[in-house]
Amino acid sequence: MLSVLALTSVVLLGIASQTTAIVVYTSWERHALVGSDVRLSCSFFSWQWTSPDVTFSWHYRPDGARDSVAIFHYGGGAPYVDNKGPFRDRLEFVGNPSRRDGSILIKNVDFGDNGTFTCDAKNPPDIAGRPSSVRLLVFEKVPVQAGVITGAIIGVVLGLLILVVAIYYLMRFLVARRVFSLSMSKHGKKGKGKEGSQQKQASFGCDGSGQAEGGSIREEETGVSQREEIGIVEQRARAPEWGCLNPDPSPGRGSGVGEAGQGSYDH
Amino acid sequence: MLLLLLGIVVLHVAALVLLLVSTIVSAWAVNPNSSSDLWTNCTSINNDYRCEPADTGVWIQAVQALMILSIIFSFLSLFLFFCQLFTLQKGGRFFLTGAFQIFASLFVMSGAIIYTVMNTEWVPETEFYGFSYILAWVAFPLALISGLIYVILRKRE
Repeated sequence: MLSVLALTSVVLLGIASQTTAIVVYTSWERHALVGSDVRLSCSFFSWQWTSPDVTFSWHYRPDGARDSVAIFHYGGGAPYVDNKGPFRDRLEFVGNPSRRDGSILIKNVDFGDNGTFTCDAKNPPDIAGRPSSVRLLVFEKVPVQAGVITGAIIGVVLGLLILVVAIYYLMRFLVARRVFSLSMSKHGKKGKGKEGSQQKQASFGCDGSGQAEGGSIREEETGVSQREEIGIVEQRARAPEWGCLNPDPSPGRGSGVGEAGQGSYDH
Repeated sequence: MLLLLLGIVVLHVAALVLLLVSTIVSAWAVNPNSSSDLWTNCTSINNDYRCEPADTGVWIQAVQALMILSIIFSFLSLFLFFCQLFTLQKGGRFFLTGAFQIFASLFVMSGAIIYTVMNTEWVPETEFYGFSYILAWVAFPLALISGLIYVILRKRE
């Protein structure tokens, strides 16, 4: 039983090591300022152990050119830096091959270094793989990140919208409470009657005169004349939703409703 | 009555669709070899087609933001229209719906104007305007008319 298991795992490992290839990883794009140093990283994944014959090679293709030139090679345990091409005296090997890291450092970049750098790694016997490229972009000054200003403008406008809506509701709520409690202290029951006719549930878009047809008065009047209890009753009444609020009641309607009933107003 | 309602909704949705297409499709400035627009700049050199994101420049990002805001406001306006349809009083006007739609059209207009004025910075001179740019300019009067119709419309039972 145990031997069957061991045999299966060995067979699977053998198959796996032959069907997968080496996978090379680099960044997608690197941005750099003129005159700075940029480190191009290259790493790989392989099912085999890291062999002492591992090789890394870097090629460079300038923007707009068709061919690429070799600029760096690591093989046989030693790095070989290009001393004739565009990067002479500017290229340094900063990787660690035993840790599968084949990164290079380019010092003092200039606009002529814009281009594509290709890293190819081989880990014998795992050599079938595809090289990976990283694009170098050199800027004079750091550009604004993509989407920062877009997001800022959208955020500010939507924030203003939400703020305006919030202030609108807040003002409506405050005006409703303040107007009610102010006229309570002055007019007593009559004031309460006047305000009662105004309290309606209206939708947005009523005209200036505050028609109350179809509105429902949600306030319950319990016949108590004390100011505190009336204050509580006012708070329980619902503020109108989209409606228009009329602090100035038309005298005819107000007094009519106020005198018509001193008892309960529930509808 | 129902026909009028349907016509208004169709007009609104048409403006919204034009806005969406104009923002999403990458065809603001084109020529046979390359296209550059709101989101990417694509060039094909020697049969090698590569695209880069249009991330440099303050103005292109402002145009992106204005187009997205116009889409958002148009959606909000459509949603508010259906809300107000059922909750408005008889004789009321769709002010809020119209206001949002007019805002959307203003955003499209300012986005298109900014693109027209500033595009010499990032578009090579051999390119001419693509259909997304034209759609943006067409969406602006459609949205404006739709918003004005909402403002003067009165709800009847």
